[in-house]
Amino acid sequence: MFSKKNLKLVTDPINKNNPITVQVLGICSALAVTVKLEPAIVMALSVTVVTGLSNFVISLLRNTIPKRIRIIVQLVVIATLVIIVDQFLKAYSFDVSKQLSVFVGLIITNCIVMGRLEAFAMANKPLPSLLDGIGNGLGYGAILVIVAFFRELFGSGTILDIKVIPQAFYEAGYMNNGFFILPPMALIIIGIIIWLQRGKYKELIED
Amino acid sequence: MDTNSNKYTLIYSVVMVFIVAVLLTLVALSLQPRQQQNIEIEKKRNILATLNIETNAKNAEELYEKFIVEEIAVNSLGQILENIDVFNIDMKAELRKDSKDQILPVFVAKTDDGNTQYIFAMSGKGLWGVIWGYVALKEDFTTIYGAYFDHASETPGLGAEIATKTYQNQFKDKVIFNENGDFVSIKVIKGGAGDNPSAVDAVSGGTITSNGLSDMLNTCLSAYLNFINENKNN
Repeated sequence: MFSKKNLKLVTDPINKNNPITVQVLGICSALAVTVKLEPAIVMALSVTVVTGLSNFVISLLRNTIPKRIRIIVQLVVIATLVIIVDQFLKAYSFDVSKQLSVFVGLIITNCIVMGRLEAFAMANKPLPSLLDGIGNGLGYGAILVIVAFFRELFGSGTILDIKVIPQAFYEAGYMNNGFFILPPMALIIIGIIIWLQRGKYKELIED
Repeated sequence: MDTNSNKYTLIYSVVMVFIVAVLLTLVALSLQPRQQQNIEIEKKRNILATLNIETNAKNAEELYEKFIVEEIAVNSLGQILENIDVFNIDMKAELRKDSKDQILPVFVAKTDDGNTQYIFAMSGKGLWGVIWGYVALKEDFTTIYGAYFDHASETPGLGAEIATKTYQNQFKDKVIFNENGDFVSIKVIKGGAGDNPSAVDAVSGGTITSNGLSDMLNTCLSAYLNFINENKNN
């Protein structure tokens, strides 16, 4: 199961083929749910579950799906999984589901999910598809977590709601940067990550 | 088999929709009791927040039993109504009715200092969606003991500030009647409330949310006004 080729399916999207920084998909929710670390982690896991399972299901069905309703079948599978994830969050992680509000539902329209179904699951066996989905979900999640880490640290002075910036700093005149709480800062952090990544891997630079 | 024929496509979609429908129904039904319980716990936590009682999802029910001694329903004339499921009254739906048909919840709490506080439900509109909350009045039915507000989708960092403790603490010890005994509600004032005993600061950059909050306080406290007046004069 974990041959080198399969492992690459999981690790590639985390780094050199990252859905956010390289494929530039799923930016919208990356801006919205990264104010705090906890919702970002839950969102990352939710997306990973949805991309993994939808890739798996579509790959199982790939030879039976009528061509003309291909996209509709994919959407039905994604929507079903997203609703199930949403229901589970409401039942078992109520506080976080409140913070994520509409963004769980909006996983349905996340380009990463649909993109992987079309590009990978429709043409590959179930197991590699599952791994590809998980890899892309994790790649998306990794960026989310990095962005949320910096936004929560500088925007609220906390990590996972635990105070990390000592009170003495505030007394000395340090202030939380309100700009980090607003969506533009997420875009700037993603921009910096893209810059660093392309600085390291020259082959990613487009002409 | 020809997977592109009309017949196959039709049967395929019908079967798919049927399977999905059954699956989602099963999931929704099996998780519903837990979700319902979460919503109730959330509401109890909100009510207790007006008494400055820290709760978490685990101890909320126990603390609610301990501090909330009575749940009563009143109508707009201030009369107490019997046999009503007070806890599950939907404030938003009640406010949409004519004032004579409204049934409003009042939660009576006994705090550790031995005093009785009366908690009133609020519901209103912010900039992007609904806002709601609870306001606790002291035994004199004039002074605010504590307040709690929350919102569905106000702007983070701006309008959403109404849901922070710092903001809500402003409401403590404010009075809803002026010195002549006239009802004035609590005004949310841009540029600072100064030492006005019946006003609090608005959120800068959150004007519409602040106005919505001001309106909500006025509308909801007015709805309870007869009940409040009757008890205040006793």
